[in-house]
Amino acid sequence: MDTISIKIDNKNFQVEKGTTILDAAKSVGINIPTLCYMHLHDLNTTHNPSGCRICVVEVVGRKNLVPACATECLPGMEIKNQTIRVLNSRKTILELILSDHPTDCLICAKNGDCDLQSMAQQMGIREIHYKGEQSHYIKDTSPAIKRDMDKCIGCRRCVTMCNDVQTVGALSAVNRGFMSVVAPAFQMNLEDSVCTYCGQCVAVCPTAALTEVDHTNLVIRALADPTKTVIVQTAPAVRVALGEEFGYEPGTIVTGKMTAALKDMGFDYVFDTDFAADLTIMEEATELLDRLTRHINGDTTVKLPLLTSCCPAWVNFFEHQFPDMKDIPSTARSPQQMFGAIAKTYFADKLGIKRENMVVVSIMPCLAKKYECSREEFKTNGNPDVDFVLSTREFARLIKQASIDFDSLTPVEFDHPMGESSGAGVIFGTTGGVIEAAVRTAYETFTKQKLHKVDFKQLRGMDWIRESTIDFNGTPIKIGIAHGLGNARKLLQEIREGKSQYHAIEIMACPGGCIGGGGQPLHHGDSNILLARQKALYSEDKAKVIRKSHENPSIQKLYAEFLEKPMSEKAHHLLHTRYFDRSTHVEITKD
Amino acid sequence: MTICENNVAKIEAICKEFNHDKDELINVLHQTQNTFGYLPEDVQEIIAENLNTSLAHVYGVVSFYSFFTMTPKGEHPINICMGTACYVRGAEKILHEFRTLLDIKVGETTKDEKFSLSSLRCIGACGLAPVVLIGDKVYGRVTLDSVKEILDEYK
Repeated sequence: MDTISIKIDNKNFQVEKGTTILDAAKSVGINIPTLCYMHLHDLNTTHNPSGCRICVVEVVGRKNLVPACATECLPGMEIKNQTIRVLNSRKTILELILSDHPTDCLICAKNGDCDLQSMAQQMGIREIHYKGEQSHYIKDTSPAIKRDMDKCIGCRRCVTMCNDVQTVGALSAVNRGFMSVVAPAFQMNLEDSVCTYCGQCVAVCPTAALTEVDHTNLVIRALADPTKTVIVQTAPAVRVALGEEFGYEPGTIVTGKMTAALKDMGFDYVFDTDFAADLTIMEEATELLDRLTRHINGDTTVKLPLLTSCCPAWVNFFEHQFPDMKDIPSTARSPQQMFGAIAKTYFADKLGIKRENMVVVSIMPCLAKKYECSREEFKTNGNPDVDFVLSTREFARLIKQASIDFDSLTPVEFDHPMGESSGAGVIFGTTGGVIEAAVRTAYETFTKQKLHKVDFKQLRGMDWIRESTIDFNGTPIKIGIAHGLGNARKLLQEIREGKSQYHAIEIMACPGGCIGGGGQPLHHGDSNILLARQKALYSEDKAKVIRKSHENPSIQKLYAEFLEKPMSEKAHHLLHTRYFDRSTHVEITKD
Repeated sequence: MTICENNVAKIEAICKEFNHDKDELINVLHQTQNTFGYLPEDVQEIIAENLNTSLAHVYGVVSFYSFFTMTPKGEHPINICMGTACYVRGAEKILHEFRTLLDIKVGETTKDEKFSLSSLRCIGACGLAPVVLIGDKVYGRVTLDSVKEILDEYK
C-alpha cells in the first residue's frame, strides 16, 4: 500500500495514495461539510460531481479553492479547512443556492429532515444577501412520487441512483445553466416515463424536490368516518425500521409498539402483511413446483427460472424494459395485494360488511406500493383491494400528529385471523428472504419429508448477486438472488441470452430489499443501518414458533374454509395477476 | 411517435459506424442532425435503443448543447454572429430586428417553415462585423435598415 504524508489544518498524517481530501479529513476526525456528495459504502457507489462546492478547501500553493470530495491528496499537500476565506466561501455558496430555493421550511414535507436546512443551520445563515430570479417549474405528481423542482438544488444524487444503481434511466439532468433541471426525457411527467417508483431517488434527495405522495390525510379521514371499517396491514420491514424515527437504535424490533400505536389511532383491525406473505409462499411455491415437475418430466415449453413477483417496482421494471419476458415471473400477486383481496372478500364476508364499507390501509417500506394499489387489475367495480398506502416515514409522522408517546406504548399482539404469521413471512423484508421462505415450503412439498434445519444461511447476506444450490433430497435446485434493479438487469440479460442456469430467482428492486425501501426512514447512505435491520428480521424469524408458511394455522384455515387449495380457481382469481407490455417503442412505418 | 423504416436504417447505420458505443453519443447526435437537420423525439428514441442507453440521457445531452435542436430548421436558416466584434457593433440590435420581423425567438422556425433563427459565436469575418449568415451566404456590415431588404430577397 502506497502511503503519502499530508497536513490538514494542524494535523500531519499519512493516507493511502488516491484518497480524496474529504476521506483523508474524515480519517482523522475532521469534518468537511458536504451537500451533493453521497457515498453508499456497501453499494460501491460514490457520487461526487463536485457540483455544490460546499466542501471547498484551501490548498497551500494553489490559487483557487478545491472541492474536497473530488480532489485527491498529493504528497506533502497542505490543506486548510478553517480559514476565513474557506468559511466565507462556503457561506457565499450556500447563500447562492438558497437564493434560488423557496424558504417555506415551516410547511415543507422535509422540515426537520432536510440536508439543506441542516446546512443552513450549521453555517448560521441568518440572511440571504443575493436576490435574483427564482426557478419555477410545474409540480409533477404521479401515483407514488411527487416532483417539486423549485426545491431541487442540482445535487443529482437522484440521477446517480436512477441510472447507475437502478439502471432505470427515468431521470437525467436536462437543459443548461439557469434552466438546468432534473427531469424525465422531453420533460414528460414521471407517470409517462420508465419510472418504476422504486423511490430510491426520494430516499437520497437532500431536500423536498422528490417526496412520496402523502396519503396521511386520506387515512385520517377514513378513520373518522363511522360508516367505514378500517383495517391495516404492516409490512415486515416496517417493524425493524420504524423505531429509528423515535430515536431507537437501527434494528430495534418495535412490532408490539407499532401494533399498539395503530390500535390507539382507531384502526378497527390491526393485521400483518406477514400473514399475506405466508399466503404468497403457498401460491408461489406451488407454482414453482408445478413448473419444476413439468420441466423434470421433459416439458420443454415450461418457463424457467421462475422469478419472484412480490416487488412492485421490479414488476414495473420488467414491464417497461423486458416486456418480452413478462411470462417468466410468478403470477402470484404481492403480499400487499393478496392481503387486500382476501380482506375484502373472505374477511368482509366474516364481518358481514360490503367491500365498499371496508377501507384497507397498508404500512409499507415502499413507494411503488402506492402505485401498485392503484392498478386497475386490483380493483373490483372501481373499488381497490388496498385503498391507501403509508410509507414508514408517513406512518411515523401520523403517530407524532396523533400525539402518541411511542416510547410509553405497551406492546400488543396483532388481531386474528389475518395477523398470524410464520417466521418465513417475516423475512420477506430482506433480500434473500422471499426465496428462503419459498424453499422452506417447496422442500417439504416436493420431498414429502420434514425439513428440520430451516435456516438457509447460504441464501442470506448483502452481496448484490448471490447464488446457491439447494439439495431437494437428490434434486439440485439452483437459486439466484439479486437486489437493486441494476443487478436484476444482469440476471435478466442472462435469461434473455439463454445463459441462465437457475430454477428460481428472487429479485427485489431496492438495495437490501424492503429494509432499504424508498419509504423507509432515511439511512443517509449508512449501510450499517441496513445490516442492523436485516439482522433484526432474522432474529424475529428465529423467535417464532412457526417458521414455515404452510404450517400457519390461519393460512390452513383460509384454504379449508375459502380457497380450497393453492392455484385453485378461486385462488387464481383472487391471488394471481397478469403483466403488461408497458414499453414505449417508436412506431416504425413503411414510408 | 412514428418514424419511417428508411430513416431508422439511416440512424442505425450512424450508430453502427460508432460501434453502438454509448460514449460516442455526441458524435452520433452530430451526424444524425447533419442527416435530418434536427433531432425530433422519435429519432432520439431510436438512438437510445441503438446505443443501449436511456432516452432521458439522450435528451439530457440534446437539451444541454445549444448546437443540437429539436425543431426543424427553416428552408433558409439565419445565423447571427454574436462574437465580440459583431456584438460591439450592434449584433444584438440586428438579432432583435430579425426576431421582430419574423415574429419568432432564437431557436424557432417560422410557421411557413421558411426561416429559422439562431445565433453563433464568430465566423472569423470580424472585419465585416456585424455579420449575418443565411444558409451559406454571408452578409457583412448589416444595418438595422438592411434587415428587411435581406429578408425580402428570400420571399
